[in-house]
Amino acid sequence: MSADDVKKIVLDIIADVAPDEELDDLKDEESLREQLDLDSMDFLDIVMELRKRHKVEVPSEDYPQLATLSSCVEYLTPKFA
Amino acid sequence: MSEKYDAVIIGAGMSGLAAGIRLAMFDKKVVILEKHSISGGLNSYYNRKVKETNDILKLDVGLHALTNFAKKSEKRKPLTKLLKQLRIPYDDLALREQSYSVINFKSADLKFSNDFDLLTSEIKNVFPSEFDSFINFARYVSEYDELDLNSKYTSARDVLDAHFKDELLKEMLMAPLLIYGSAWENDMDFSQFVVMFKSLYFEGFSRPEGGVRSILDILLDKLSSLGAEVRFRHKVESISHQGYQKIIDLGKKGTIKAPLVLSSIGIVETNNLFKKDALDFGAKVGKLSFLESIHFIRDKKPIKDFKATIVFHNDSDKYKYERPSELSDFSSAVFCLPNNYAQDNDGYGTIRVTYMANYDDWKSLDKKSYKEHKHEVANKAFDLSKKFLSGIETPFFSDTFSPTTIERYTGHLGGAVYGSPDKVKDGKIGIPGVYIIGTDQGFLGIVGSMLSGISMANLYGLMEQK
Repeated sequence: MSADDVKKIVLDIIADVAPDEELDDLKDEESLREQLDLDSMDFLDIVMELRKRHKVEVPSEDYPQLATLSSCVEYLTPKFA
Repeated sequence: MSEKYDAVIIGAGMSGLAAGIRLAMFDKKVVILEKHSISGGLNSYYNRKVKETNDILKLDVGLHALTNFAKKSEKRKPLTKLLKQLRIPYDDLALREQSYSVINFKSADLKFSNDFDLLTSEIKNVFPSEFDSFINFARYVSEYDELDLNSKYTSARDVLDAHFKDELLKEMLMAPLLIYGSAWENDMDFSQFVVMFKSLYFEGFSRPEGGVRSILDILLDKLSSLGAEVRFRHKVESISHQGYQKIIDLGKKGTIKAPLVLSSIGIVETNNLFKKDALDFGAKVGKLSFLESIHFIRDKKPIKDFKATIVFHNDSDKYKYERPSELSDFSSAVFCLPNNYAQDNDGYGTIRVTYMANYDDWKSLDKKSYKEHKHEVANKAFDLSKKFLSGIETPFFSDTFSPTTIERYTGHLGGAVYGSPDKVKDGKIGIPGVYIIGTDQGFLGIVGSMLSGISMANLYGLMEQK
């Protein structure tokens, strides 16, 4: 799966977890938490959705890897291979 | 043979329903067991038909308001957070805001609304010498981390004493927070005080268009769309251990086996289900219970003219929040006028009056005198409301529920509306796999209960698995 596919997967999940957020102007390198109204509960949901939809596991010690959109892609792409 | 589930939730109140949604959302096989025939627990409803006119009256019981009001666009508020976690669109609640509410003491009145500036300006006018202290205190409260699960009990009165000199102001600020959520007499834990201060004074009151039943309907619909089960008239008789599994005994209705039990029925009540295996950890049954009289009036004009939504009335300058020494205590009462939420379409006026009651005294009455006393207090409660509502006519229907009604329908021992004074913020009661949600976990109000269910379900149902 390409990096772009993984990015789309992550964005689809964020759109469901935080339906009121505007995702078009999201910057790849900036903190998701800062750009969006996401807290630790929402990050849990992103992780749970990755497991539910794609059988991808993110152990809690790896949560910091989900800080930005580009770090998400970098971290998750090998898991989709 | 036991039926097997991933999780069992005891109680279909706000916390149980919310916890169920979270677990079912992530494919847990979950069942909610409710001993009563309808959902809601402490915040429920019933209908009454008036024989003479065939009116069907819809009565809400429990909280007068949804606290923690937030506008749709507001970020990081408890209400918007919980809707996001449950994936319920904000507009589905159809919230109607309060006009304003009044803290009404012998020597002063203070109004507050969903705009904190109103309370601030009232304090400036009524307690000018305390105005700066109030601004500082409000800042202190807004920066306080009330959700720290490890914080120790601190007396809210002590904190108020450190900030304010005026006794009346302290009493007035405390009164609504105590009666809307304290399981302690005359005081509360400061972190709970902060939860309440934010939810009442910073955020404020609203009501879903259809009352509490519309919230419950939304939660039940969500549960059924996720495939979670809710079983009514299923009372848990006892729980026993079998390795890491719990066996939930439903008497004639069989047994259920699950590794996780989230119980909303209270600390003492949950512990009692373990019978001989119950732990002796000294949690107490709460002492605070209430009576509520609900009056229906044909002509709602006097209510509309009065404008305020909720009145926290106290007939002296010292507020007594304690179990009264007789059946009921009318020295203070809360009046809720649901017609004075925005966009009122009711065909009649409603007055809800809530006041302190003594559970033991009500419990000891025989059937006949119970009925007589209920009738008597309903009349007294109505007479009290005449003080505010000039020209109000006699109700065409009244009903009263007592501490024993509360105990019967909610299962809270002693009719203790706010549960045990011993709260467990981390949900743990010393039995692995069994966690407390709802009132005795220590979050308050409808929004608080739902957040309690959500956070405990996240912590023990979703995060701790491999």
